[in-house]
Amino acid sequence: MMNLIQSITSKTPPLPLFSTEESRQASGAAEASGATSGTVNEKSEKKVRMETHDLTVRYGSTVGIRNVSLPIYDKQVLALIGPSGCGKTTYLRALNRMHDLTRGATVTGSVLLDGKNIYDSEVNPVNIRRRVGMVFQKPTPFPTMSIYDNVVAGLKLVGIRKSSILDEVCERALKQAALFDEVKDRLKSPGSSLSGGQQQRLSIARALAVDPGVLLMDEPTSSLDPQSTNRIEDLIHELKKQVTIVIITHNMQQAARVSDQTAFFYVGDLVESGPTNTLFTKPKETRTEEYITGRFG
Amino acid sequence: MNSDSETPNNGSKEVRELLRRPPSAIYRWLGDRIFAIVVVLLGFSIIALGAAMAIVLYGEGSLSFRQFGFFGFVSGTTWDPAVKLSFGALPFLIGTVVTSVAALLISFFPAIAVAIFTAEYAPRWLAGIIDNLIQLIAAVPSVVIGIWGIFVLAPWLRDTVYLPIFTWAETSYPALLPILGNPMGYGMATATIVLALMIVPYTTALTKDAIKSVPVEQREASRALGATKWEVIRMAVLPYARGGILAGSILSLGRAIGETMAVAMLIGNKNTLPFTIFGAGATMPSVIVNEFREAVESLHLSSLMAIGFTLFIIALIVNLAAAYLTRKFSVKGGQVL
Amino acid sequence: MKTMLQRNIRDRIMESLLVISTIVVLLPLVIIIVHVIVNGISALNWDFFTQELGSPSRAMQGRPTGLVHTILGTLVVDLLALLLALPVGMGAGIMLSEYPDHKLNPTIRVTNDTLNGMPAILKGLLAFVLIVKPMGSFSGLAGSVALAFVMIPIIARTTESALMSIPWSIREAGLAIGLPRWRVVLSTVMPAARFGLVTGTLIAFARAAGEAAPLLFTSFGNNYLPNHWLGMLLGPVDTLPQRLYSLAISPYTHWHSMGWAAAIILLLFVIITFGTARYLTRQKN
Repeated sequence: MMNLIQSITSKTPPLPLFSTEESRQASGAAEASGATSGTVNEKSEKKVRMETHDLTVRYGSTVGIRNVSLPIYDKQVLALIGPSGCGKTTYLRALNRMHDLTRGATVTGSVLLDGKNIYDSEVNPVNIRRRVGMVFQKPTPFPTMSIYDNVVAGLKLVGIRKSSILDEVCERALKQAALFDEVKDRLKSPGSSLSGGQQQRLSIARALAVDPGVLLMDEPTSSLDPQSTNRIEDLIHELKKQVTIVIITHNMQQAARVSDQTAFFYVGDLVESGPTNTLFTKPKETRTEEYITGRFG
Repeated sequence: MNSDSETPNNGSKEVRELLRRPPSAIYRWLGDRIFAIVVVLLGFSIIALGAAMAIVLYGEGSLSFRQFGFFGFVSGTTWDPAVKLSFGALPFLIGTVVTSVAALLISFFPAIAVAIFTAEYAPRWLAGIIDNLIQLIAAVPSVVIGIWGIFVLAPWLRDTVYLPIFTWAETSYPALLPILGNPMGYGMATATIVLALMIVPYTTALTKDAIKSVPVEQREASRALGATKWEVIRMAVLPYARGGILAGSILSLGRAIGETMAVAMLIGNKNTLPFTIFGAGATMPSVIVNEFREAVESLHLSSLMAIGFTLFIIALIVNLAAAYLTRKFSVKGGQVL
Repeated sequence: MKTMLQRNIRDRIMESLLVISTIVVLLPLVIIIVHVIVNGISALNWDFFTQELGSPSRAMQGRPTGLVHTILGTLVVDLLALLLALPVGMGAGIMLSEYPDHKLNPTIRVTNDTLNGMPAILKGLLAFVLIVKPMGSFSGLAGSVALAFVMIPIIARTTESALMSIPWSIREAGLAIGLPRWRVVLSTVMPAARFGLVTGTLIAFARAAGEAAPLLFTSFGNNYLPNHWLGMLLGPVDTLPQRLYSLAISPYTHWHSMGWAAAIILLLFVIITFGTARYLTRQKN
């Protein structure tokens, strides 16, 4: 089924895209949204895992994103698209409080995780980052650690040292990241000895090992070759059954292939968001349509 | 050809040069040849300098090496220029190794701590000031540290540290006394402490460089995993920087081995084993300084030169080990080399 | 399992340890500078800069004594050393940078790095054998040669690095207008690298000027000013680092004070020289 979708999308031009019925059945997930026209019914059947209200991020006096209010539905994939510098990465990093580390960055508005604002004063960002994991564009295994140590690094941080637990979590995480079979015989070799695509899956396994509910992915396949890209897209289809995913991609075909919801950003503003197929077939805003048809960006 | 007064207006200088090219080619060629020969000769003199050092030191020490045998000399324990005219370098070898290694061990964590503090915690203005002060430690001449050691540090250490420990041991733990030695203030411990201070800048500088070059993605990946600030440093930064840490440490060790004046002024100058913690001792550079000007017999002088040669070999080994080990443990571009 | 509280506490403890370590490392430096100034300032009088040292009885009897011969000797020996070291060091640096494919280069680099790591005392011993022994006496010339041996590897390394940082396009521009290669190096590349070259020279000079060990067996020392300026080069001459050592280990208190005063001068010199080098580096960037 997956391959059917991929074979369709890889041959079709950017717009218009495939019909919705096939994609819904093929992903076989628990999504209830079946109508293409975005009826009110959809929302009531989807649980909201995270949401932002009027989220604004400033770097000094420059505004990164402005008043972004967006729901992120549980166990679905939300794709963030838009031209470079439009604020996608700024938005993503606000979801796990990575802006805390940037000098001069100010965040206003709220980001709710399971109903609670993660920017409340008594919330410890370190805890948030365990529940909201992140994978970056460049695979970043810790080069001095073995594959095994890489995967369980997050667990060791909280003091889990029992090897039986670590072994179990390591295997689970590597299986979730579709990497276990390839490395099960060499878990002790250095993390940097893997290929680029494998390293990225290792980074994903590492993020999954601490059992986050949400996984943020910042252009995870843009530095990988097509085969590795395919494998990770397959992975995302499986992963979303267990984990809510927010993915930034500059590749619209990828957004169309993997995501259930899409949000289009432009120069710091959220222009439009909604179910992926609706956004791509019947965008409401002109700017959205222009971007999708390749008129800019 | 055009005369100078008839040359066109734009690019006239270049045109003149171009037009004059055929005859000047020989001039250029000759100038280049002479320049190249001079430069290569000067470059070669570096090699000559290095070779001269090895050859001369060995040659001058050969009288002693022939008398005692190379290994006999290096392992001999008696250094007696007065009565027996027997020379063995072991006391000084041990003195050098013990003081240098101990100094490295003492200075290692503080030096890295300063590097971590300035690279990760301190605000930029403070980091700059600390950097300059650390560089200043390395810039202060050894004799200046020496005179301060003689008149300030040694008496203070004797009164505040050595004597109390010594008197405590006298009453509570007399078995320790032979190891502690005579708490005069001028001895192995004082020299080691001063050495530790003097070699900090080398470890700190290279560690800081290595820390700064850890890619930001590594730090962000640890942060995103839920690490606290110190955990990021311990998990992602320090392991990645281990090449620089190692290089800095070995560089420090090399400096400690060759450090001459401050050690000579503070170590008490005792040429016979065994050395004690507080008691006087000697290192290879310190014995050369202390005895060279008074050495009259050729065997004495030759033995001092032989010590110089041994010091040369050891410094050479440390240098080569530094290059090899640093390459072996460095992390570059995400790949463990 | 570690609680968040435990981890936060550990973070705080580590940060405090880092701060304490920094203070422990920097405190001695501050103490040293204070002691040098406090102990030496009283001996920095007119006599200090105009009188010779003479025998110990001068100091013990309270007659005028000073280190004028030491200061002059230091200037002569150090400047001559620089004169000897600059051509060799810069020549080697030029070779490494401008003729990068020469087959001797790897050997030169390794040897140069090794020499840089060699204790200065060995360079003094080399100068002793090469100059003092044939000459039959200690001399300022031998001292200069010893210090030149210290300066050369530093100058070679800094020159290479300064020249290599000049983009190749500058050389191409020179060649394109027909300059011979040697003119390109001397007239375009080196002036472009002047900040780095000057800084490197300052650093080498400051480092060598602080060395005492190589001078102990070459220029040896002198309690008096030589009769003729040539005597500085051909006979034993006094220099600040070596004299500081002798004064410090002597048994006379007035000599100790002069030792502190000499320390002030040396300290001032290195601070000014290294400070200028850092300032120039920042100017360039």
